[in-house]
This record gives sequence, C-alpha cells and structure tokens, in this order.
Amino acid sequence: MQFLSYLINGISLGSVYALIALGYTMVYGIAKMLNFAHGDVIMIGSYVIFFAFGSFGLNPILSIVLSMVVCTILGVTLERVAYRPLREAPSLAVLITAIGVSYLLQQVAQLLWTSSPKSFQSVVGLAPISLFNGELTISGETIVTIVACVVIMVGLIWFVNHTPAGHAMLAVSEDRGAAQLMGVNVNATISLTFAIGSALAAVAGALLCSSYPTLQPTTGAMPGIKAFVAAVFGGIGSIPGAFLGGILLGIIENLSKAYISTQLSDAIVFLVLIIVLLVKPTGLLGKKVNVKV
Amino acid sequence: MKKFVSAMLAATMALSLAACGSTADTSSEASESTSTAASTDSTAAESGATGEAASGTPIKLGGIGPITGATAVYGTAVKNGEELAVNEINAAAGYTVFDWKFEDDEGDAEKALNAYNTLKDWDMQVLVGPVTSTPSLSVGAETVNDNMFMLTPSASAEDVANCGDNVFQMCFTDPNQGKVSADYIADNALGTKIGVIYDSSDAYSTGIYDAFTTEAEAKGLEIVTAEAFNSDNKSDLSTQLAKCSDAGADLVFLPIYYTEASQILVAANKSGYEPTFFGCDGMDGILAVEGFDTSLAENLMMLCPFSAYGEDETTKTFVSAYEEAYGSTPNQFAADAYDCVYAIYQCVQAGKINGDMSASEICDALKTEFTTMSFGGTTGENQTWDASGMISKAPKVYVIKNGAYELAA
Repeated sequence: MQFLSYLINGISLGSVYALIALGYTMVYGIAKMLNFAHGDVIMIGSYVIFFAFGSFGLNPILSIVLSMVVCTILGVTLERVAYRPLREAPSLAVLITAIGVSYLLQQVAQLLWTSSPKSFQSVVGLAPISLFNGELTISGETIVTIVACVVIMVGLIWFVNHTPAGHAMLAVSEDRGAAQLMGVNVNATISLTFAIGSALAAVAGALLCSSYPTLQPTTGAMPGIKAFVAAVFGGIGSIPGAFLGGILLGIIENLSKAYISTQLSDAIVFLVLIIVLLVKPTGLLGKKVNVKV
Repeated sequence: MKKFVSAMLAATMALSLAACGSTADTSSEASESTSTAASTDSTAAESGATGEAASGTPIKLGGIGPITGATAVYGTAVKNGEELAVNEINAAAGYTVFDWKFEDDEGDAEKALNAYNTLKDWDMQVLVGPVTSTPSLSVGAETVNDNMFMLTPSASAEDVANCGDNVFQMCFTDPNQGKVSADYIADNALGTKIGVIYDSSDAYSTGIYDAFTTEAEAKGLEIVTAEAFNSDNKSDLSTQLAKCSDAGADLVFLPIYYTEASQILVAANKSGYEPTFFGCDGMDGILAVEGFDTSLAENLMMLCPFSAYGEDETTKTFVSAYEEAYGSTPNQFAADAYDCVYAIYQCVQAGKINGDMSASEICDALKTEFTTMSFGGTTGENQTWDASGMISKAPKVYVIKNGAYELAA
C-alpha cells in the first residue's frame, strides 16, 4: 500500500513534468530550438492565476483561461521579438538568447512581485479520494493533473495529425525550406507552436503550483530543467515521448526518494538518464515512433 | 512606444526623488546637520569635523541583509530594526551618534561581499550584519582581514562566530538551537517517535540537525526517520512527509526556513497527517507568507528568542514603536537587529568607543567590551558573549494559537 502511494505521488509529479515537457518538445520539434524560458513562462502564468484567483477571487477556470491568454501573448511576443530575428543564426545563438530571456523573466517577476514566497491556493476543488479504508489517499490535484496530462497529449497528437495547421507543423518540422516552397507559412506555423506551447505552460503552472504551493520568481526554473530532461529522456520532438519521459522521471525520482535516499534522488534520476542515453541516444521514443512534431 | 518609455522613465525618476525625500526626512529628524539625502555623507563628516563639541563624530554603522530575494522577510526586518534603533538613539542623545547605511545582499554570498566593499568605501566603522549564514561566512572572512567589528543579528551558523575573534552573534548558534530543541522535546515529552525533515544544502539546517541528533540520542529520544531535500529539489516535499508518516513519527522536527515549512504544512493537511510540528527560528515569518492559510500553522511550535507578545517593558516599547514606524508587527530578526545597535550603543555610552577612532581601533575596543559586558534587550536579559563571539541567552519556545505566538508552557 505504501508502495502504491509513493507510486501515485510519483505519477502525479511525473504528469507535471510531462505537461511542461510537452511544451518543450513541441517547440523543439518544430522550431528546432530549446526554449529555456519555458519554465519561466510557467512561473508568470502561475502568478497570473495567483492574483486572479487568490487575490481577486475570480472563478478558477476563468483564472486559468486568463493565464493561458497572458502566457500565449507572452510566448508569441517572445518568439517575435527574441527568437524570430535569429531564425537563420547558429543554433547556439538562439540557445543563449533563450537562457537570457529566462533570466529576464525571472528578474522582471522579482521586480513586479518581489521574491518573497507566496503560498498558492489550489485551483482544484476536487476532494481527495480515499481507498482501502483510508490506507491510500489520492489528492484531487493528482487526479486532475494526470487526467489533464493524458487529455492534452491525446489532443495534441490528434491536432498535429488531423488538422491543416497540424500538417503544416509536421511539414515545417520535416524540412522548413521545402515546406515554405510548398506554400506553408513558416513564421505563422512557428508562432502557432509557441502559442500552443505557452498556453500549455499556463495549465502546467496551475497544476504545478496547486500540487506544490510555494510560488517564487524561481519556481519555474528547476521543474523546467527537469521537464527538459524528461523530454530528452523520452526522445525530444516526440509527443508521446515527452509524456512517457515525464511520467518515468517522476516515478523514478519519487521511488528513489522513498526507498533509497531523499538526498540522492536527483543523482539517481540523472544516472538513469545517462544510462538510457548511452543505450538509446535518441531517447526512449526518439526515432521509433514517427510522430515527430 | 517611445512616449511610453519616457513616461516610464519620468515615473521612475519621480519615484526615486520621492524616496530621496523621505530619506532626507528621517535623517533630518534624527540630526539637524544632515539637510539633503544626496549630501548626507559629506555633511555628516563635516559636522563631525567642524563642531558640536558636546556631540562628537558620528560612528558609521553599516548594515547588510537581503531586502530582495527569497529571504527578504528577514533582511527587511533587520533593516527596519536597525533603523528604528539608530533613530531612537540619535533622537535621545540629541546628536548623531550613529550614521547608518544599509546595503542589499539578496541573501547571496558574492553580493554580500560587494555590499561590504561598498560600505567600506563609505568608511564604515562597525558592521551590523549580514543577516543569513552563508553571506555572513564570506563577509566574516573579509572582516577578519580588515579587523572590522562584525555583529550579526541573525546568522546562526557556528562557523560564523568562528570566522575570527572580531565576529559576534546576537542570535543562538545552530548547534545550540538543535540541542535546546531536543532538550525541550524530551523534557516536556512532546513526542516519542521523531521524524526530521531538513535541507541538506543549507548550513543552517544541517547545523541544527546534527546537534539535534546528538542531543536526542543522549536524551533517549527515538529519531525514526530523517529525510532531506536540497535547494534544487524542493518543489515536492510530500514524499519526505509520507516517509515520516509511514515511520509512525508523532513529532516532526523541521529545522528549516518558513518557505518550505509552509509547503510541508499544506502537504500534511492534504494527506491528513497530524503530528506535532516543531521548528526553530527560521520558522519565524511563516504567518506573513502571502496566500498561506495560517490556520494550518495552528499548534506549530518553535524555538525563538523573541515574541512581539512579550509582557516586559523593553519588548512593549519596541513593538509599539516598530508598529508605528513600519505598520507591521516585528519578528525576532527585527528584535535581534534592534538589540545589536543598542549593544554597540552601550559601549559608546561606557565611553569605550567614539567616531574619531579608526575601524580597527573600534574593533579592538569592542572585542574587549563585548566579552566582558552583560547586555539586556528585547531578546533577553543578562546576555553575555564568550571569546569566540557566541551569545548565551535563555531560549523560549512558542506555540502558534489563533494566528499568534503564545509562550509554550
């Protein structure tokens, strides 16, 4: 029973990683860049919800929608201002810019909202479920996070495979130049990718902070990096890969905390990552499944 | 766009002017000789050099602490406490006893060194700071080289006092907190099976944890599990808590700061686990976390040298003056800082130091004075320091009841 409880905690943490990783992987698959500012967009989204829901008492769903709108605008603006001018530049330049944007967002948040921590009120109203005579308790946040993650993943896969915009994304991902020659608007497609990725960041922020309530300007940074690891773990660019990678990372992290050592859990997670990459350099689902977005 | 930018710039300028204005107000209240904020330094120095025979040269008191950053609650409290004490002393003496300047370190060791150098350029003679342990260690090492007297209000790591014989502490050391916590828990039979959650990447937390473990063993307390987290991996603390619960701990000892503690309390509430939570002075500030449901902190116990609800005269005067000046209730960090300035003032009154002495001369005089004197303030009576710079004072344990600290029986 204990094992089950740790496992569920792990899946919950993993779903949050997976949600964030979906954003990373979408952008990487299509724009071929690592958007290191993704974690910080999550943080901004969480602050929007904190104030809309916590301070002004807006309906939780409306707060999340508002946060999605803000994040979408932020993400598209960032792409337009910081990344698009560098589209033809070496990928290293874009990477450094993304790190710069990440710090910029953190510092701006610190100026706007100070760095004193805020306690995030959960947006999930679901009561915890008690199983086996109360021996196993699953919190509402856990259930909502897992469900949201699966729904979003399925939705994304459907979107890229069955809509014209999705097909355009696949085309840009395959070969940007050829796609442009075939009449695909590359800039619009990449903007759309950033819009979707950032809207997902808002949802991820809501669920991340509902489960782990401390909100600070640096809140998005570490989960962002972990999610990036998850995306690489599962095979970056692959949507099911990001999902699988996120969930596995969460489970490994939590089980090593539970049964090996709370101190060494990070070391173990990264050790597993190294082993997987040695055996399969493209990640778990890197090449096998061709849902490259 | 350009218009917007210039409007922003104008607004910033107006704000900074307003800020200058208020600084000028406070300093002119404190001393007639300082007219504008911009020229505070030079006028203060001139007034010392040129006249006011009865008064003497002001002593330049520097403060360092996090005004921004994750530990801003502590730094702001220390800044306010120091400012209040300096203003009170200057007003009561009728002349500028202390010239005071405070620099932000964001709780970061490197930035603290920069702040220290800025203050040295300002000709600081005595340092009251830094606030947290890690910056204090780096600044402490520098003060030894400069022979600058350093009195930290709240950096409680044992290594801070061990930096050199010029470094003194106003708060308990970490080992002392760990030891006293274990004694208190054992003597009052608060718990039989004890779980600990600590931050393995933090000197404060591990310092208390180590001393607690040693003393708990000596007192026959059973530590059923000790779980760690670190600064890079603290978003999910529910597993650590679940392990305490599974190990059957009826008391969870939390030698950590209030940010993570508030998260643990939320997680405990979600999972329905209700042990006694016992923290140290890093827990102070938990009721001020924005958005935190303070009812979750009900019955939380903490070791803390000061309470704003204390009944003695010094505390009452301090609390009401602080509330009037800053509109909030002071925490122990403000009290420690307030005491620091008064402890140095006690040496001024005794005629041991004055503003005409060099920083190094003042340091030597204060070293002798601090190790021989006894000081009473808001954080305790008859406080003394040993040669290493550690303080000895009576600890107090508080419990949170109805959203306020109450002295535990």
